[in-house]
Amino acid sequence: MALNCLHVWDHISEYIDNTLDPQVRAEVERHLAHCEICSAIIDSTRNIIVLMADDRVFELPLDFSKRLHARLDEVLKHEDPEPLGIGP
Amino acid sequence: MTNPAPADPRQTASEQELIASILAGQRDNFHLLIRPYEGQLYRTALALMKNETEAEDVVQDAVLKAYRKLASFRGDSKFSTWLIAITLNEARARLRKDGRATLDSLDAQREDNGDFTPATLTDWREVPLAALERQEIRDLIQRAVAGLPDTYREIVTLRDLEELSVNETAAALGISIALVKVRLHRARMMLQKKLAPHLKLAGKKEPKTRTFGRLSWL
Ligand SMILES: [Zn+2]
Repeated sequence: MALNCLHVWDHISEYIDNTLDPQVRAEVERHLAHCEICSAIIDSTRNIIVLMADDRVFELPLDFSKRLHARLDEVLKHEDPEPLGIGP
Repeated sequence: MTNPAPADPRQTASEQELIASILAGQRDNFHLLIRPYEGQLYRTALALMKNETEAEDVVQDAVLKAYRKLASFRGDSKFSTWLIAITLNEARARLRKDGRATLDSLDAQREDNGDFTPATLTDWREVPLAALERQEIRDLIQRAVAGLPDTYREIVTLRDLEELSVNETAAALGISIALVKVRLHRARMMLQKKLAPHLKLAGKKEPKTRTFGRLSWL
């Protein structure tokens, strides 16, 4: 059975993650071979995922790391990690 | 030869060895242990707190907790997943305390009524990573992620920003793999719908301005 566009849209995320079952994947690919719209949707979604993952999008606040390690130092100076068996 | 810091202990000692050394008294090694994950923890906290200052506080508290509880890390999950789970707990505890906890039922309702159809376009041309040099592009993406419903933003942050696997995302959030997949799909479709039309235009503008700039120097 040939998939129409709406069916293909249901599979976009799993298609990108490569977790579709091989038979469904083959059907999606058969559809993509002749459907410009679905191909563009998948390309754009994949592209957006790549862009989002870049560290430049959500940058750490200035001196975030410095403050974190300074606060950590205060504890490391005086405390060992708790031994196992201490309750919460 | 290309690596300027070959003596970095992280590259020679495994995390497990680093943890053992900390528990054996070399406390300062904890700095090295968490350094690779600072960005991940911050973005995780930010996804829940939606506020930079609070996200930073959450990370600091979570990292201190991780240090104190280090002996209880079993090694049956990745250390990064363990750290992320502590950070999520810390953030949720704070939201609950302030009465700002997400009501999952409300979000579940939205899951049913949401619009998960993608934006249809035929002439998508890839937006290169170099476009992220432009503040305007970074803002577009930040706003789109920030505008997602809470549960979707969590999933996208862990899976697509932090690049955890689907299984790790499910473990960190304490939900099923099937639910991760459903929410991830919907979140990605919402982002595509919101972002693709703008990115397409923004991507088109770039070469024109550049050419113009170059010509003016000729
Ligand atoms: Zn189609």
